[in-house]
Amino acid sequence: MAIPFSYNIRSVVARWKAAVVSVLGIAGTVGVFIAMLAMAKGFQATLISSGSTSNAIIRRAGAASEMDSGVSLDQVRVIADATQVARNTGGEPLSSPEVVVIGAFQLKKSGTDANVQIRGMTPLVLEVRPSVEVIAGRFFEPGLAELVVGSNALEIYEGFDLGSTVSFGSQDWKVVGIFDAGGSAFDSEIWADYTILSQAFKRPTTVFSSLTTRLNSPTDFESFKDALTSDPRLTVQVEREQEYYAQQSQMVSTLIRVLGFLVAFVMAIGAVFGALNTMYSAVAARAREIATMRALGFGGGSVVLSFLFESLLIAVVGGVLGCIAVLPLNGFTAGTINWQTFSHLAFAFKVTPDLLVAGVVFAVLMGLLGGVLPAIRAARLQVAHALREL
Amino acid sequence: MKFLPFIFRNLFRKKTRTALTVGSIAVALFLFGLLVAIETALNAGVDVAGVDRLIVRNKTSLIMPLPLAYQERLRQIDHVNEATFATWFGGIYQEPKNFFPQFAIDTETYRTLFPEFVIPDDQWQAFLADQEGAVVGKLTADRFGWKVGDRIPIQGTIWTGTWDFNIRAIYEGSRGGDDESQFWFQWKYLEERRQTSFGGGTVGWYTVKIDDPDNAVAVSKAIDDRFANSAWETSTETEAAFAAGFAKQIGNIRMLIMSIGSVVLFTLLLVTGNTMAMAVRERVPELGVLKTLGFGDKTVLFMVLSESLVIAAVGGALGLGLAKLFTLGGDPTGGMLPLFHLSSGDMVLGATIALVVGLVAGSIPALTAMNLRIVDALRRV
Repeated sequence: MAIPFSYNIRSVVARWKAAVVSVLGIAGTVGVFIAMLAMAKGFQATLISSGSTSNAIIRRAGAASEMDSGVSLDQVRVIADATQVARNTGGEPLSSPEVVVIGAFQLKKSGTDANVQIRGMTPLVLEVRPSVEVIAGRFFEPGLAELVVGSNALEIYEGFDLGSTVSFGSQDWKVVGIFDAGGSAFDSEIWADYTILSQAFKRPTTVFSSLTTRLNSPTDFESFKDALTSDPRLTVQVEREQEYYAQQSQMVSTLIRVLGFLVAFVMAIGAVFGALNTMYSAVAARAREIATMRALGFGGGSVVLSFLFESLLIAVVGGVLGCIAVLPLNGFTAGTINWQTFSHLAFAFKVTPDLLVAGVVFAVLMGLLGGVLPAIRAARLQVAHALREL
Repeated sequence: MKFLPFIFRNLFRKKTRTALTVGSIAVALFLFGLLVAIETALNAGVDVAGVDRLIVRNKTSLIMPLPLAYQERLRQIDHVNEATFATWFGGIYQEPKNFFPQFAIDTETYRTLFPEFVIPDDQWQAFLADQEGAVVGKLTADRFGWKVGDRIPIQGTIWTGTWDFNIRAIYEGSRGGDDESQFWFQWKYLEERRQTSFGGGTVGWYTVKIDDPDNAVAVSKAIDDRFANSAWETSTETEAAFAAGFAKQIGNIRMLIMSIGSVVLFTLLLVTGNTMAMAVRERVPELGVLKTLGFGDKTVLFMVLSESLVIAAVGGALGLGLAKLFTLGGDPTGGMLPLFHLSSGDMVLGATIALVVGLVAGSIPALTAMNLRIVDALRRV
């Protein structure tokens, strides 16, 4: 026969002090666990959302990122003529040759310099990347020293307000617009005309860092890739834009994940110790109660179940509390340097339902670990001996 | 001292609880060690930066080079003793995740400016004699199992092709926290091989040694003024400021990990303190008996407090010891935190924290025990 659950709920309420401590321990562990994963997930999502499935990015074969790649103008022309490349209503191929450089600008928060990605291109980029929208001002005019600034870059760096003048690369630039790229990595970038940017950074204007092309359909990718890699005039590597950006997020998200798991694991051990302690003292304090129940005819199994339930109750309450505590983190914007591109990147935390579920499962595991041994001890109490004890 | 057996008996009365409490303290301190090591690693370079060294980079950004001719011009500036340079190579060994920094260095001056890196003289001579020679830090050498004499192929990303290097020397840092992950080779070799592509006649950045750290600000300004309005303007700062700038770019990730960690640590300590207090509360009647037998208030205070301190000391030692062992095992992320270590200063700090927790957690019940009136205590039997 099972011991009614109301017995456990009441006893938890009766010894609320000890229970609160265990609940806090578990809530904290679950909270940290979710927060770290949400950070890694947010970082990855920011970069992945930068890529579109119907875009392909082309870089020099062997280049690790856009920073060290080079594609010449001749190659750009050959690639744009490929049949898989989509064309706009004017019949122009939707291909965006881009120059990526790094500028040092002051962070608003700390006043120190951070590396900012500056991307040079033609206005055709807006058709290649339809997710990018100019939300204030206008896009730059080709041939002029004008900048359009990503919405996160505007927030993070000093002096990029609309209409202001910025000088770098022995050139004065005017900020003419602000764009929004839907929370992707482009939001941390600054865009300008490629010829002016190349000259300012003393680069030849006939070499680009990468080429992004919009394909007629995402399914055309394989044939596009085959056509390019088998063309003897080209020495390039072709990737789906989304895969390229997923790769760029690997290092930092691995770093956050490893550290997060490590810290959460250590904390979990601490929380299990805490839960064990609470449950053991609960068993010790209620030795007579338990013995009485046994004497009344409740079996050893029901006692084990009852105490396990109590421990799980504490764990689940803690887990849910931990989840609630980290919910406000969803959407919180943080910034860090992405070592793979050497540049600063803003991203938002992503607390997703699967992370919350993982958090509660984690809590239940801790509850089980912390409850099994004390529950067994409770069931093994010598009835006569415990009843005699004061 | 004569109470020692009594204290130990008390501790061993509830073995499970004592073990769990010691365990919790150990876990808390282990976590502390871990967080401190992570913080040190993320702050890499700031603590060990030379006070008399300045970094001169292109004003536009670090990826823009500076002309080779600046070396001589930098040497002419007042208070500058020596100038050396390096170029970031950014190659890949086998696969991108095997990251370690590679610099093409000026072999004539580099070693004088960085005396903290210890290299046996015969190895250094062998490095100078071999154009394809390389010097590698102990950490990286151990990571890939490289020995002096090995030939290492590195895939160039900025300057393409396979570059083969012969490991001629292995350096070690002379201070805890020195970066032992770098890989150096001769800048002349880079210059010779890249003639066909680009970047000839330029270097990545200069490191300048000045006569007195007090002149750092003035010399930085003098250097930047010297090259102002030229085609290659410079930005000069102390090595510490340069490293701190990099560390700051890690941005709030570090702040977040640290604040999360501190909350956790605090909670764990709270939980532990509570357990210790609980253990004393349960024994109030016993303490009454002790007092009845004639033990003074101070003695009772001392006994309760020492019990809590013993738990804290054992737990703390265990936790910090494990943390030290863990950091000795090296970087858990495989190459992203090359300076993962726990300094002895931080271990002392950890030990202090453990003892303070023991003291605080023990003092409330100990004071209660001291002020206990015998009648009240015995009534609860």
